[in-house]
Amino acid sequence: MRRSSAASKKKSDSITSSTTDLFRSGPSKATSKEMDRIDHLFNQYANTSSNLIDPEGIEELCSNLEVPHTDIRILMLAWKMKAEKQGYFTQEEWRRGLKALRADTLSKLKKALPELEKEVRRQSNFADFYAYAFRYCLTEEKQKSIDIETICQLLDIVMGSTFRAQVDYFVEYLKIQNDYKVINMDQWMGFYRFCNEISFPEMTEYNPELAWPLVLDSFVEWISEKQA
Amino acid sequence: SLSFKMERKTIDLDQGWDYMQTGITKLKRILEGLPEPQFDSEQYMMLYTTIYNMCTQKPPHDYSQQLYDKYREAFEEYIHSTVLPALREKHDEYMLRELVKRWSNHKVMVRWLSRFFYYLDRYFIARRSLPPLNEVGLTCFRDLVYNELHSKVKDAVIALVDKEREGEQIDRALLKNVLDIYVEIGMGQMERYEEDFESFMLLDSASYYSRKASSWIQEDSCPDYMLKSEECLKKERERVAHYLHSSSEPKLVEKVQHELLVVYANQLLEKEHSGCRALLRDDKVDDLSRMYRLYHKIVKGLEPVANIFKQHVTAEGNALVQQAEDTATNHAANTASVQEQVLIRKVIELHDKYMVYVVECFQNHTLFHKALKEAFEIFCNKTVAGSSSAELLATFCDNILKKGGSEKLSDEAIEDTLEKVVKLLAYISDKDLFAEFYRKKLARRLLFDRSANDDHERSILTKLKQQCGGQFTSKMEGMVTDLTLARENQNSFEEYLGNNPAANPGIDLTVTVLTTGFWPSYKSFDINLPAEMVKCVEVFKGFYETKTKHRKLTWIYSLGTCHLNGKFDTKPIELVVSTYQAAVLLLFNTTDKLSYTDILTQLNLSHEDLVRLLHSLSCARYKILLKEPSTKTVSQSDSFEFNSKFTDRMRRIKIPLPPVDERKKVVEDVDKDRRYAIDAAIVRIMKSRKVLGHQQLVSECVEQLSRMFKPDIKAIKKRMEDLITRDYLERDKENPNMFRYLA
Repeated sequence: MRRSSAASKKKSDSITSSTTDLFRSGPSKATSKEMDRIDHLFNQYANTSSNLIDPEGIEELCSNLEVPHTDIRILMLAWKMKAEKQGYFTQEEWRRGLKALRADTLSKLKKALPELEKEVRRQSNFADFYAYAFRYCLTEEKQKSIDIETICQLLDIVMGSTFRAQVDYFVEYLKIQNDYKVINMDQWMGFYRFCNEISFPEMTEYNPELAWPLVLDSFVEWISEKQA
Repeated sequence: SLSFKMERKTIDLDQGWDYMQTGITKLKRILEGLPEPQFDSEQYMMLYTTIYNMCTQKPPHDYSQQLYDKYREAFEEYIHSTVLPALREKHDEYMLRELVKRWSNHKVMVRWLSRFFYYLDRYFIARRSLPPLNEVGLTCFRDLVYNELHSKVKDAVIALVDKEREGEQIDRALLKNVLDIYVEIGMGQMERYEEDFESFMLLDSASYYSRKASSWIQEDSCPDYMLKSEECLKKERERVAHYLHSSSEPKLVEKVQHELLVVYANQLLEKEHSGCRALLRDDKVDDLSRMYRLYHKIVKGLEPVANIFKQHVTAEGNALVQQAEDTATNHAANTASVQEQVLIRKVIELHDKYMVYVVECFQNHTLFHKALKEAFEIFCNKTVAGSSSAELLATFCDNILKKGGSEKLSDEAIEDTLEKVVKLLAYISDKDLFAEFYRKKLARRLLFDRSANDDHERSILTKLKQQCGGQFTSKMEGMVTDLTLARENQNSFEEYLGNNPAANPGIDLTVTVLTTGFWPSYKSFDINLPAEMVKCVEVFKGFYETKTKHRKLTWIYSLGTCHLNGKFDTKPIELVVSTYQAAVLLLFNTTDKLSYTDILTQLNLSHEDLVRLLHSLSCARYKILLKEPSTKTVSQSDSFEFNSKFTDRMRRIKIPLPPVDERKKVVEDVDKDRRYAIDAAIVRIMKSRKVLGHQQLVSECVEQLSRMFKPDIKAIKKRMEDLITRDYLERDKENPNMFRYLA
C-alpha cells in the first residue's frame, strides 16, 4: 500500500496542488492570474487617460456581450460592482464585480449574466437593487430627485418585466400629471412597495389614509376615475 | 333557727298551662270584640309570674321548652280555628279588610303573649339559639295565613289599582294597610313585598300602559300624547306616595316611561305633522320643553331629540345659504353683496333664536349645545357665490366698522352685533382665512381714514382675542397701534419742518410709517415719481434718520392719496386721487398730449396697472383725461390729453380706483402660511415623539392646527414628503407607516 501511495503521491501531488489553488481562490481571493485577466479585460474598454471605462467603453462592452445598452442586466452588473457613477466603471469597481462573478474573460462574463439576474431577482436582493438603480441615476452632487422622463425610463428597465401593467399605468400617469416634476427616493421606493403589496388593477387593499406617498394616492385616484 | 328560704309551691305543667289558657282565652275574646274587660295589672302579673315560676323551677319541673312550644301552638290553634276560616269565606275588597283586621289583631296577640311569656326571651331562647317570641308569633301568621293568601290578596290589590287608573275612586288607606303587611311580614327584608307583590304589580302596570300606549300613539298628536304621558307619570308617583312602598317608585316610573316613551319613541318623535320636526318648525316652545322634560329622565332618551334639532337647524341654515346663493346668481354684483350682508344678519338671528331654545326649552343641556354647534359648523362653512364664509364675515365686519357702511346702527347695537359675529367665527373652520381678510380690510380702513369709530375697532379686537387667543389678533393690534404712533410721528415731522425751513418740500406731506410685520404685504413698484414727490420722499427720509438709524423705509406708493388742484376752464376743482393717478396726471403739466407708450415709459408701470389707472381717469365717471379714440376701454395704441373742459358741480371730487380683487392674493397668502404652519406642527410633534405612526401624526397635526384651520390631509402628506426631502424626517426601514425624527 505504501508503495502505491508513494508512487501515486507524485501524481496526486500535482493534483493536490491545483486543488489547493482552487480552494484558496474562493470568492474573496482570485488568483493573481485571474486578476491579471480581469485587469486585461478592463484595459480593453477603459479610457487610457482617465483609467475609467466611460460611456463609450460601456457601449462597446455591451455590444460585445450582445446585450442592449439599456438592458437591465447592465444595471445589475453595475450593482454587483457597486458602481457609483452612472456611465463609468472604475478599475476597483470592475475588479470587485468580475471577481464576485468569477468571470475573468468576456465569455465567462457573458455566461455569468443569467446567474446574476437570478441572484438580483431574489426577493432579498431586489429591493436593494431597486434602490441602487435610483441612486445610480443621481448625477449631480447634492441631487436628491430624478426628473420624470428618466424615472419613466428607469421604471421600464427595472420593473417592466415583472410588473408590466403597473409600470405602464404609472408611466402614463406621470407623464400627464402636473403636480410633480421630479421623483424622490421615498416616492420611488413607495412604488416598489405598491407593486408588491397591492393587487392590480383591483387595488382593493390600497388605503390612502396610510403613509403611501401622495403621488401614489393621486395615481390610484386617477386610475379609479379612468375605470369609472 | 330562722329560715329565709322561700318555699315556692311547684307548679305542675298542666296546672300552669290551664291557668295560662284563661289568660289566652280572655285575650282572644278581647280581639274578637266580645264584651271582655281589659287585663288589669294584677292579672298581668299573675300570668307573667306563672311563666316565670314554671321556668325557674328545679328539674324536672323546669318547663321552658314545653312552654316555648305551647306559646307557638297557641297561635297556631287560634289561626286554624278562627282566623283562617274568617278569611277564606271572603273575597276581593272584603277579604282585604278582613286580612287587615286579622293582622292587626295578630300583632296585638303577639305583643301581649310575648309579654306574658317574656321570661323565655330572657334566657331560654339565647341558651338554645332559638328565635325570640316576637319572631315566633309573626312567623306563625306568615306560614299559616300569609303563605296561603298572598297571591289572592295581590290579585285583589292589583285589580283595585287598575280600577283607580281607569278613574274610579278606591280605598287608598286600605291598600296601604294591606301592602304594609307585605313589608312587615318580611321581618326586616323587602323580599316578600318585592317577590309576592311588587313584581306582579310592575308586570301588570307595564301591560296596562302598553295597551294604552298602543292606542294613544295611533290616535293622538305628539303634544297630546306627551301631555297624557306626563299626567300618567304624575299619577303613578302619587300612587306610590299614597299606598305603595317608596322603593317601588323608581321601578314603577321606569316601567311606565318604558311603555309610553321608550317603546314608541321613534313613532312619537317622527310623527309627521306633530312630531319633533313639526314642533320645531312651528316654534312650539312649550311642547318642546315637555319633550325635553320627559326624555331627559330616560337613558339616551335625548339623543334622538338632539339629532332632530340638529337636522332642523342645519336645514334652516342651508336654506339661508341657498337663498343667498340663488339671489347672487340671479342678480347683479352689487345686490349680491347686499345679499351677503343680509345672509350674515340672518345667520346671526338664526343663532340667537336657537340658542334661546337650547337654554330654555332644553335647559342648557350639553347635547343640545353640541347639536347647535355641529349644525352651524355644517352650513357656516359653505361658499356663497364664490365667497368663502370667512370672507363674508370679514366683509360684514368691514361694513359695520367703516364710515358710511351699509349698517346704520346705534353704538349698543354695533357692540352687540360685533359680539355675535365673533361668536359665529367659532363655527368657521378657516379662521386664518378670516383673519387675513379682516386684516386687509382693517388696513384699508385705517390707511384711508375710513374707520368709523376707534372704540369699536378696539372692542372687536378684544373680543377676537378672547375667543381666538393673542396670536390671532397680535398683528391687528399692532396695526392699530401703528396708526396712533404715526400720528405722533407726523407731529414730530411737522415740528422738524418748522425747524428746518430749507428742508420743506413745498407740498403738504403726511407720512404714515407702518411696521412691516403687522400689515398685509403690499406690492411696491419702482414707479418714476414726479420731481415734487421725489423731494418729499427725500425730506421725510432725512427726518426719519434723525429719529432712528436702524430701520429701512420701503415706500408703498400704491396706498398713497394726493390732492391735486385741477385748473379747468370753467372752475378749479380739487381732485382727490391715488398717488399713482396723480403721477399720471402730473405728466400733463409739461406735455399736452401723451401716448400710452409715453406714459408707460415715463412712469415705469406694468400694463395691468397702467390700464387700470388710465381707465379710471378717462373712461369712468369723471373724464379728467380725453382718450383718443374715445372707446370704452384703454388699449396700448391710445393717446391721452388733459380735458380742460371738464367740470362738475362739486368743488372737490374723489376719483376712485376700482379695487383690485384681493381675494386671490389673500387665499394665496393664507395657503402659504398654512404650509409653514403644517411644517411647524409636524416638526414640533415629531421632535417630541421621536417616532410616530403616520395616522397618529396626521391626527395630532389636525388637532394642533384646528384652532386656526382644518388642514387638508393631502396637504399634510405633501408637507411630510417635503420634510423627508429636507432630511427632517425619515420613513422607518422596517415599518413604512412609521416616521422618525432626524435631529
